[in-house]
Amino acid sequence: MPEPTIYELSSPGRKGVLFPASDVPEVALPDQFLRTELPLPEMAEVDTVRHFTRLSQMNYAIDLGFYPLGSCTMKYNPKINETTARLPGFAYTHPFQPIDTVQGNLYLMYTLQEWLKEISGFAGVTLMPAAGAQGELTGMLIIYKYHQDRGDFKRKRILIPDSAHGTNPASSAMIGMEIVPLPSDARGNVDLSALKELCDENLAGLMLTNPNTLGLFDEHVEEVIQMVHAAGGLVYGDGANLNALLGIVRPGDLGFDVMHFNLHKTFSTPHGGGGPGSGPVAVRQELLEYLPDPVVSMIDSGSEDCPPLYGFTHPSRSIGRVKAFYGHFGMLVRAYTYILMHGKDGLRDIAEKAVLNANYMMNRLKSTYTLPYDRSCMHEFVLEGYWKDLPDVHALDIAKRLMDYKFHPPTNYFPLIVHEALMIEPTETESRETLDAFCDALINIAREAREQPELLHDAPHNTPVRRCDELKAAKDLVLCCYPLEELQKPT
Amino acid sequence: MFTPHSDADVAVMLKSIGVENVGELFKEIPARFRYPDLNLPPALTEMEAADDLDSIAASNGTTHDMLSFLGAGAYDHYIPAAVDMILRRGEFYTAYTPYQPEISQGTLQAIFEYQSLISNLTGMDVTNASHYDGATAAAEAAILSWHHFKGKRKKVLLSRAVNPQYRQVIRTYLQATEGLRIEGDDQETGLDADLKRLIAQIDNNTALVVVQYPDFFGRIIDYKPLIEAAHAEGALVAVAVNPTALGLLTPPGDLGADIVVGEGQPLGIPLSYGGPYLGLFSVKEPLLRKLSGRLVGETTDVEGKLAYVLTLTAREQHIRREKASSNICSNQGLMTLASAVYLTLLGKQGFRQVANLCYQKAHYAAHVLASLPGFDQVFSETPFFHEFVLRPSQPLDEVLSHLREHDILGGYDLGQDYPELQGCLLMAVTEKMRKTDIDFTREVLMEVENA
Repeated sequence: MPEPTIYELSSPGRKGVLFPASDVPEVALPDQFLRTELPLPEMAEVDTVRHFTRLSQMNYAIDLGFYPLGSCTMKYNPKINETTARLPGFAYTHPFQPIDTVQGNLYLMYTLQEWLKEISGFAGVTLMPAAGAQGELTGMLIIYKYHQDRGDFKRKRILIPDSAHGTNPASSAMIGMEIVPLPSDARGNVDLSALKELCDENLAGLMLTNPNTLGLFDEHVEEVIQMVHAAGGLVYGDGANLNALLGIVRPGDLGFDVMHFNLHKTFSTPHGGGGPGSGPVAVRQELLEYLPDPVVSMIDSGSEDCPPLYGFTHPSRSIGRVKAFYGHFGMLVRAYTYILMHGKDGLRDIAEKAVLNANYMMNRLKSTYTLPYDRSCMHEFVLEGYWKDLPDVHALDIAKRLMDYKFHPPTNYFPLIVHEALMIEPTETESRETLDAFCDALINIAREAREQPELLHDAPHNTPVRRCDELKAAKDLVLCCYPLEELQKPT
Repeated sequence: MFTPHSDADVAVMLKSIGVENVGELFKEIPARFRYPDLNLPPALTEMEAADDLDSIAASNGTTHDMLSFLGAGAYDHYIPAAVDMILRRGEFYTAYTPYQPEISQGTLQAIFEYQSLISNLTGMDVTNASHYDGATAAAEAAILSWHHFKGKRKKVLLSRAVNPQYRQVIRTYLQATEGLRIEGDDQETGLDADLKRLIAQIDNNTALVVVQYPDFFGRIIDYKPLIEAAHAEGALVAVAVNPTALGLLTPPGDLGADIVVGEGQPLGIPLSYGGPYLGLFSVKEPLLRKLSGRLVGETTDVEGKLAYVLTLTAREQHIRREKASSNICSNQGLMTLASAVYLTLLGKQGFRQVANLCYQKAHYAAHVLASLPGFDQVFSETPFFHEFVLRPSQPLDEVLSHLREHDILGGYDLGQDYPELQGCLLMAVTEKMRKTDIDFTREVLMEVENA
């Protein structure tokens, strides 16, 4: 039985949560502006709670099992984060409170900025961007404005490797940049000869994900960055895959100019079924004045008797404000808690265990599935989800069959440069037993693909719903439900 | 620490990979930069970290231990306990984006219900799965209008009474869009409720007009003349809403709005120092395919069973890459859930009651405070919802600091954005404010005048 919608569960006259009667003298409402109907559901609290609880039971989640989604870093979300982010001292602070009443918030944000600088090797950090994609937009605006301020108006070309996430070209295109895809070489690195040809006076910059979405650390990263710099361009680092580098190497040291973090990947803030994320951006010294307005700063360093005072400063050449207020503060509290519990050695341990887990799985699977780039990988690796002699079996079938084994499928059909890609990122929080169980499932599925391919084609079999008709959804476009009495009205 | 590996596990895994130690897996990293000595504090256990965070949080003053009239885009409403109980379910908050519908029906149906609630509340045809916040939703509306007219209409008009931060974010997002002008919010066009000078600027080169409802000062303005004027010139109109007000007010869809954006924070999301919040974004049917961001639609599975999926994904960056009109990838997933649970829990009666309480209490506050000698209500001739502007004859700094001595946060200093409102205070009142709180504030303000 499908779960009815809230409008189907609604019953006229039923009350949910009510509020106290007004304690002030009644005044008239502004008649000409009043609505006549308020089409909201009418449900008792118990039925609302049961409805949403039942919905929750139709979801897969990290708390239920393994989530080997490549480039998504679906690590365990520590429960303490949820407690700290909801502390009344944080949750009940208004963003426009005078700064002397929110020194705790500002201290936390300032300290998190300092830690992210230290971890990444950059000179400054903004915590404002709401998500990785908004971090990219922020970073690309910084690069745009940097060239504008130098009178370099014709620098509009942004190079983006063909293995990049779709947000990279979209973020650059949003501000009118010309996108030029950069091919990868046979080892999965940036193709240096192609890069050389594109490095001229029109170059604005390069967006580089390193390790890239193949899970490979670019073996010529320093050379790549030097070539872009020599041509007058800047290098943007997509920090989606930073988990592999924590305590191992700092992108700022490698020469990157700008980089975003995904706190919801690397620093354990939950994905929430699609968000909220958080995408702080780091810059090198020369770009500090371009950061979004405002930046959390130490306004007065204090003294022995007097603690420092934290507040806001306004960078002189700022790209402007990128969102209301100061960022996803609740996510910042979670990331702060996480870093606080790890310290220097703990962060390095994260990267080491993430890379160990990925290499372990890659080695277990590469005799069953084709591994197009056979090098030691970083935090993730990409397999081909098909066999030449089984043309009817696709990566999608393998992905769906994994659900029958109670696993979330890997990222599939991405990166685009691998045919029928299965992109696997185990993260550091999974045990050897979990990795083995998943590898066993994938190996079993490879056997099923030969012996009983219908098991793959018809999969999944025991999920809340089975394969869905996406064409029908796009054709019918039912995007909203209405109160039943509205629908029953004569038209 | 959240890695489960025992030393024995590590040994077995290294042997299986065929390396001596973990370090061998990192040999491609340039040696001179490998293993930086990070200057970070030593790791704390959970117990110690909880203690640290407790003391940081405790050092803040909060809207619980002070009486707050702060609003200006973020509002202190009561959130029923059941909202957070649902949000804390690991099945919801530790789930990924619902790209695999077979095992994501919970998230998908919840978003579908969110889309329905917001469409019904705003009187619009289609609501997406949300943007980051009200400000970025407003910026996306401007981008939508630019693409809708294929860059041929070069002007976006903003009412000066739109939240200053929204206007800043629109300018940030569009600063590199060549040929586009953003106008209408200058001091000369002003803040008049009849909008005559703004309407006069609408022409056939105008892509979009953005107004706010209620506006930044809490005023309820009749936007019908503006919307008619814009449509007569073929321009689009975006209305930025406070959703709580829509518990009482005519929905902007009925007024003719083409796009509705808004800050969804008042719908069951804590203040949390400014985020994460929720960007509402709804359009009329003709703009459906121009809409950026995720959308959930109804369909069936292979057995004919009702199911929900992400739909029209071909608009989005992961398919269209540089040809997508927006780079947005995530939505405020968990925040859409919070607002869906909130609106369902309160329902038709509870939500209308909250809106009415906000209206009544704000009017009581405006009445008793503005009737004090030395205090005037600015814009008093225009209807308002739950925010109003108070102009003290004394310097605002002195008024605010006097209020602070009595643990009252007086409101938002409008002089920082509006030179013409120097010394004026924007005050917000929600259902949480008691009559006794307002009366107490009146007594404290009386002392200012007498001081």
